[in-house]
Amino acid sequence: MSNAATISKPVPIGRRVKRFMADRPLIPLIILLVILVVILQILRPGIVNERWIANTIKFAIPLAILAGCQTMTMLTGGIDLSVGTVATMSAFIMATQVVNQDPAVAFLLAMMPAVLIGLVNGIGVGVFRVHPLIMTLGTSLIGTGCLQVYQRTVIASGAKIPDFLAWLGTGVTYGFPNALLLFVPLAALIVFTLARTGFGRLLYAVGDNERATRLSGVQYWQVITVLYVISSVLAGITGLLYIGLIKAPSLSLAEPLVLPSVAAAVIGGTSIFGGRGGYTGTIIGALILTVLTTLLTILQMPEGARRILFGLIVLFVTAAYLRIVEER
Amino acid sequence: MTTNPLPQSPLLDATGVAKNYGAVAALRNASLSVLPGEVHALMGANGAGKSTLVKILTGAIRADAGRILIRGEARDVRSPAAARRAGLLPVYQEPSLIPDLDVLSNLRLTGTPVEPFRAWVRELGIPDLDIRDTARDIPLAVLRVLDLARALAVEPDVLLLDEMTAALPANLAEKVLEVVRRQGDSGRAVIFISHRFVEISALCDRATVLRDGETVGVVDIVPGVEEKIVELMLGARIVKTHVAARTASQNAATSASRPRLGVRNLRVGTKLNDVSFDLADGEVAGVVALEGQGQDELFAALAGSIRPSGGTIEVDGQPVKFSHPIDAIRAGLAYVPGDRAEALAMQRSVRENIALPFSAALRNWGPIHMRQERTKVISAIERLQIDTRAQGEVQRLSGGNQQKVTIARWIAADARTILCFDPTRGIDVGTKQEIYKLLRELAGHGKSVLFYTSELEEVQRVCDRVIVIFGGRVVDIFRVEEADEPALMRAAYGLPRGAKADVGILADPTSSSSDSTTPGATP
Repeated sequence: MSNAATISKPVPIGRRVKRFMADRPLIPLIILLVILVVILQILRPGIVNERWIANTIKFAIPLAILAGCQTMTMLTGGIDLSVGTVATMSAFIMATQVVNQDPAVAFLLAMMPAVLIGLVNGIGVGVFRVHPLIMTLGTSLIGTGCLQVYQRTVIASGAKIPDFLAWLGTGVTYGFPNALLLFVPLAALIVFTLARTGFGRLLYAVGDNERATRLSGVQYWQVITVLYVISSVLAGITGLLYIGLIKAPSLSLAEPLVLPSVAAAVIGGTSIFGGRGGYTGTIIGALILTVLTTLLTILQMPEGARRILFGLIVLFVTAAYLRIVEER
Repeated sequence: MTTNPLPQSPLLDATGVAKNYGAVAALRNASLSVLPGEVHALMGANGAGKSTLVKILTGAIRADAGRILIRGEARDVRSPAAARRAGLLPVYQEPSLIPDLDVLSNLRLTGTPVEPFRAWVRELGIPDLDIRDTARDIPLAVLRVLDLARALAVEPDVLLLDEMTAALPANLAEKVLEVVRRQGDSGRAVIFISHRFVEISALCDRATVLRDGETVGVVDIVPGVEEKIVELMLGARIVKTHVAARTASQNAATSASRPRLGVRNLRVGTKLNDVSFDLADGEVAGVVALEGQGQDELFAALAGSIRPSGGTIEVDGQPVKFSHPIDAIRAGLAYVPGDRAEALAMQRSVRENIALPFSAALRNWGPIHMRQERTKVISAIERLQIDTRAQGEVQRLSGGNQQKVTIARWIAADARTILCFDPTRGIDVGTKQEIYKLLRELAGHGKSVLFYTSELEEVQRVCDRVIVIFGGRVVDIFRVEEADEPALMRAAYGLPRGAKADVGILADPTSSSSDSTTPGATP
């Protein structure tokens, strides 16, 4: 009886394509990515070369890591809007502390606010049941405020970008961006965690039906607290990588990445209502957004029109994608 | 039927009312006729269609067929407001005042005249109500009385009371019954829904009995009638079905050992007042109760979902306190809720749902041993014969298979005691049989099962003993041989066992017939 799963009856071709897509939700995303690249190549023949690809990947990686934070929190029905602030804080603290401190000490100092904000987020959402949107928005504002205070105290010391971070952020070895050295293991770890660990299972289950997990003995606050700490630490690491890429510490360094990171996760097929999605889709989502940005840049439209078009495309892609993938 | 002095036309006359939900017929052919000046009881076992009929009468849902006459005029009651205009006013079990408004604002909201309301509140035994109080701060019992006073204040022709005296302390309940009685005397009518024969006999003139969505009888309330009502509610099932006692070896195994689970004087809030029983290893103990008698609270407390307000729970002789379901699970108590949507992550696979408890504890958050998990899950799936053709997402499974998944989870987790709350609700006959068999097998392997069911006929198929709860108390414990449906039904309605003629609520030896549908009374 249980072997019957492999036997499929003849079905119309349209429905078969649809089922194929529903079973492999990555395929339509990859198709979309390829289409965008082809359009780019047609508009600017010759632009798609080795250097362009490396560059695109370099810029997509910080977005993809932050989108990983969103993916994991969204699986539980949450969201983490503090990732931008956390990334900015760790980047800024790193850049200023490394002037006088040993890099290892500066690194620890830089990661401290990340852990702290993650812990506060987790306890707020998991224990006090504050809505994640409000909770992370709140801690994000507090973080920004603290960073402004901090900036005044260190204004004299100046800032510098550690060589290692610059190498990691911008360097290219044999045509491959060095950032991949960080990203590939990190992405593998996230994918593995979601698919093959108890914690990953719980993220999906909690987002799908919290009551059911409670009846199975899951303690919600533990899952949520650990989740938001992980999310914040990832955001902190992203900040360090991003400062190596941008090389200009500012108080709003990673802030523009926040909403695109949510968009990347959504385009990648993660449901904001929880219980559904995965990280591989998110990575492609981040690539799609990065390519789309390049595409709109070379169109030489006014900034306003570009943003309008960007928003419209994101909406359209998300709606169409859900239509294709959800077979119900 | 008593002869009326002058033939009155009914205030409310509903005939042939039917309602289907998909393929399920909630009401087939229900009728209800209420005369002016009478208090009319509406009765029926769980799932007989009482609440559906009430919802139709009060305009909350629309009937598929049937005719409703109010004062002889055909009315199409489309909404609660229309029912109200037609003179039909319900008071439901749940308080209806808006919690964040004070009483006065609540009255304004419904256009209730204030002075009559106050008069009724005093009449109902609450002399010191401040109508500026916020509803949220008022105790539940008083809120229910206020609901009644609010309904009385607009002088409805037909007042519909759903379990009005539930959760009321004795003195308030008495006042309420008195007022309801007088309501009838003044030429209006009351439809009174209650599980309590005592109240019905004291209050009502007639009773309409529903069974399986049909009106099966209208009886005058006279001494001794409760037997007749129980018969009507059971219908053909009154035929006594004697089952042989379970094999001696099983019974011996259950009686000898120390109880696996001991419940002593357990209280939860206002619903569960005093429940004590034991559950032995290798035993399936049934729990039988009408809706809302505290069984939900009992199971929730045993599952660690809510904290009891008094009494003790003992596991293997050790007193335990549960503050989270994980505590109950660690003690080997696994809860299978009646509502599958409560237990399953619907978008996840069968495997992940069954394996969910494995990952619950912090130390199991690491990498999953996939092969080991697979073995455990597959053996549970095979044990329950779950159809896994749509195993990618539990929501694609049939209801029966979903229910099996909720049980399979605890088979895989090897829980020693399983608390099953109405596991066969709304699933097909074949799956029901499989679940009965499974529960017996579990008991055979030394596990213990507490099994609440709303279908009395299941008791004899599955249980060794039956615990009957009424009004938050254990009113009787039957051995399975004695637990035929009529006996259980009587006990569930709080009627004393066996001696219907002499200790019947309406004690009148002459009026009762002498057939012996009575179960073997314990001497």
